[in-house]
Formats: sequence, structure tokens, C-alpha cells
Amino acid sequence: MKITEEEIRHVARLARLSLKDEDVLTFTRQVDEVLSYMEVLNSLDTTGVPVFRVPTLAENVFRADAPAPGLSNEEALANAPEKDGNDFLVPKVI
Amino acid sequence: MDGYKLSIGSAAKLLRGREISSKELTQSVLDRIAAVDGKIGAYLTLCRDEALAQAEEADRRLARPDAPPLCGIPLAIKDVLCTKGVRTTCGSKILENFIPPYDAHVISLLKDQGAVLVGKTNMDEFAMGSSTENSAYFPTRNPWDTARIPGGSSGGSAAAVAADMCLAALGSDTGGSVRQPASHCGVVGIKPTYGRVSRFGLVAYASSLDQVGVMAKDVSDCALLLQAIAGHDRRDSTSANVPVPAYSAAGPATLRGLRIGVVEDYVKTEGIDPDVSRAFDSTVAALTAQGAEVVSVRLPHARHAVSAYYIIAPAEASSNLARYDGVKYGYRAPDSGDLLDMYFDTRSRGFGDEVKRRILIGTYALSSGYYDAYYRKASQVRTLLCRDFTEAFSLCDLVVSPVAPTPAFHLGEKTEDPLTMYLSDIFTLSVNLAGLPGISVPCGFSSQGLPIGFQIIGDYFAEEKILGLARSLEAILGIAGMRPEL
Repeated sequence: MKITEEEIRHVARLARLSLKDEDVLTFTRQVDEVLSYMEVLNSLDTTGVPVFRVPTLAENVFRADAPAPGLSNEEALANAPEKDGNDFLVPKVI
Repeated sequence: MDGYKLSIGSAAKLLRGREISSKELTQSVLDRIAAVDGKIGAYLTLCRDEALAQAEEADRRLARPDAPPLCGIPLAIKDVLCTKGVRTTCGSKILENFIPPYDAHVISLLKDQGAVLVGKTNMDEFAMGSSTENSAYFPTRNPWDTARIPGGSSGGSAAAVAADMCLAALGSDTGGSVRQPASHCGVVGIKPTYGRVSRFGLVAYASSLDQVGVMAKDVSDCALLLQAIAGHDRRDSTSANVPVPAYSAAGPATLRGLRIGVVEDYVKTEGIDPDVSRAFDSTVAALTAQGAEVVSVRLPHARHAVSAYYIIAPAEASSNLARYDGVKYGYRAPDSGDLLDMYFDTRSRGFGDEVKRRILIGTYALSSGYYDAYYRKASQVRTLLCRDFTEAFSLCDLVVSPVAPTPAFHLGEKTEDPLTMYLSDIFTLSVNLAGLPGISVPCGFSSQGLPIGFQIIGDYFAEEKILGLARSLEAILGIAGMRPEL
């Protein structure tokens, strides 16, 4: 096994996903199968091989840090599930 | 006149000759949708009133001699692209009521030309899938055989083009999501070079792989639509500042002396359907008969593409999809306790199983202690794969391969087995990993009458060359006009 049920529960917590017990079983089996398939990559010697960089983007892109028109407050809030005046409203944090 | 059957090229002539109005053409497409989409399920959202208003405006512009090439042309848009004022679901329940306050860059470009946007097409949730069965709404069916999948994730766009429910469509391609459904539905689909088309307003799945693509009834239409959307956009920092050639003006390739690279490693792939092999071989033979020279090339690292892809894409997805938190837009689970509970409830109810699976794989691959073993390793494999392609392009002008190992499979055939589904992308993934352009052109039919595509892969920014060979192929094979009976 590459991954255990406990690890799936841990990863799900990190990703803010709550899984039902039966889902934990299925996801563990499926993710394990996928990760086992990936194992083949470890047979490959990649010593000294650089990580990938898109060859078409050789240089970093900069722009002037200048103010420009953006979304209005009203537009930014238009899709909010809950709002209060000019703010997003969320359930209590503490 | 059955306007819905027209290609962009022929419709544009009729529109300019005032032999048909954009309003008539658009109405014809809407009637066609009303008649057949119940059997197919290509559209998630129809923009009937907006489309007719755009058509009227286009008709006014068409009275002038300088109307742009796409003026008055009814197009479909994959629901992964933001459309101002028109809901954009990305195939997910979590965005069921999301109405973007802005247009994606490519949508602005199409609107500037006066194109008519008839609706938003179905897709696998967040573009994660190869069959459109992962749509949170309903599956789309293949117009050639409605018991089969149209491919994915741009299955709705491919089916809409194949069933004449639009003249052409936009899709997106992260691992083959334009080319594979194009192949399964018998239409032309191109995925441009990474950076060729702006991703501004494209809902992010895997940012280092995502690219907007085009699906059309023939190669010439494909070139026309690519022409309209390609080019630099300062709002996408990965957008390439490279001049756009005149794709739509370029003719067929000169086949005499053209070096076509056949990938040795792909020919030996296990599980490739005999009909797919036969169609591929006879297409290569047809090209050689016209004077093209076949060169055998190797992509030794292509066999690792599936592994590398299914680490990189889920890793990037797990990060990109962290934004769906029920606060700023989209679904929020009601009646949760505190903020943290709300995050958990919203994401658990809002995302489908395939999305959750990829978030889990990605979060695991990026979590403490695993980054080097997974993401870093996969990224190094990407570099090696890029080098393979550089080597191949030193020996040939274009690389060719099948698009998918089998013709369209049946609905439900692979849904229980994610890994088998992932393996159906084996020929298309390498192109995204390297950031190269690739096209699928119809090249034949299986013994059961299902379309089969032929993939042409070019070097960076070689879209013109790809389209040239695709045009030649289309002329030689003469199957571009074939449509399913519905």
C-alpha cells in the first residue's frame, strides 16, 4: 500500500474535505492504485535534471505598479453567498 | 435554408452577400438545438435572447464592407470560460449560480468581432475527465452513437459542433480535452502552444498545462477561429508576446519532402484498438503517397507521461481549487457551525468525486515530505520529455500519432476505474506536458462507424505548419463534410 486510510483522512482534512467512512475506503483504494502506478517514475534516474520551465516563457514578466480600474465593490460582491453592506459575511470565526 | 449545417467559411460568404441574415442563421441554430439537444445534452445554458440580440447587431455591422470575419457567426463556448452576465458553472455544482462580472479575454475578442454566442457547453467538472460523464449536471452523448461518450472534457463543445448545434466552438485542453473529444466526434480540434492564447477568464484547473482551444467542422474554420483568439494579453503573465501569423490565409502544406515523424514508442502501445491502428497507418500511407517522407522518431519518456501528468495536474488543481471556500462566490453550505465547518461542508457537498479524488492526490503529492518524490520528480520528467521532442523535431517537421487509443467508449464503461480512464489520454498528455501545439483531424471511421482522429504535433508556435498539413490531409481524405444522422 502506498497510502493508508489514516493518510487519506489527514490529506482530506488539509484540503478541507470531510469524507464519509465508506468514501474513505473507496478513495484510499483508488488513490493507492493511482500512486502505485506512479511508482514507475522512481525507476528513472533524474539526477541533475532541472525542474521544468516553459521554454516559451524565458523571462519574467513585470508591469508597472500603477492603479487601474478594477471591479466595483458592488460587482465584487454580486456573487457573494452572504454579504453585509460593503463586506463579505462569513459564519463566526471564534 | 438549413443555415445550421454551414461552415463558418460558407456562412460568412452568404452573410456578406446578404443571402442570409445573422438573425436567420442564429434562429436556424437555435431551432436545431431545440430539435436535437434533448438526445445529446451538449448545452448547459442557452443564451437565446442574448444571441438573437447579438445577431441583430451583427446584421447592422454586416451592412458595412469592413465587418470582421466572425461577425454574425453562431458559436458555442465551453462552460469553463467566463462570460459576463451569463452563468458559468464549469460543470460543477459549486459554481451553479456563478455569474461572472467580466468576460474571459477570448470572449471579449469574439464579441469585438460581432460573433454570436448561442450558449455554454457541458463538460467534465472543472475539466477533469475524458468522457463528460463527470459533469455535475448530466452526461453528454456522442452524436454518432448516443450510447457512447463524446470524449472529454470538452465533450459538449465537440458534440455541439458534430451535431450542427453551432458553427464552431471553444474548448480548453489540459491533457487532451480538445483533441480527444474532437477525435471521438469527428470534428477538427486544435490545442495551441502554451501561451499562444490568453488564459484570462479561463477557470483554472492546472495552470502550467491549461490552454484554450478551438473545435470546428473543418480545418479552415479552425484556423479562422484560432486567428481570432490568439495573441498577447497583458492580463495573463504566461501569455506569449509573439506575433500571430495569418493562420486563416495559409494554404495546404507542400507534402513533397515534408518529413513526418512517426513515434516508434506510440506504435508499440498496448491496448491500442486495431481500427485506430489501421486508420493511422492508412493515413500515413496516404501522406507518403503524396510525397511526404516518413521518419521514425523516439519519445523515450512518453511512457511516463501519464504518471507525470496525474501528479502535476492534481497538484496544481489542489492549489487552484482552494479558492472555492463559499465566501466570495459560488455555493455555500447552509446552516454550518463556524467558519471552518462551513469550508468543510461547502467543499464536500459542492465538489464531485473525481474533483475530490484529484484534490486528494494533489494535496498528498504536495504535502510535507512528498514534494521531492512526486511533484519535483514529475517536473523533471517533463524536462526530459521536452528534450525528447526537441530531438524529434531535429529529425522531422511534424510529429504524428493517434489521438486516443480507442474510438468512443460506452457511457459507464470506465467510470468505476479512474486509472483506466486516465490511460485513455496516453497520446495527448505529452503535448500538454511539453507545452506544444497539437491538432486532431478526422482520418477515418471504425468498423462500427465511429470517427477516428489523427494527431499532428508541431514545435512551439508551429500552428501554421500543423494547420497546413491538416488542410492537405483533409483534401486527400475528403471526409470533412460527413455528419452523423440524428
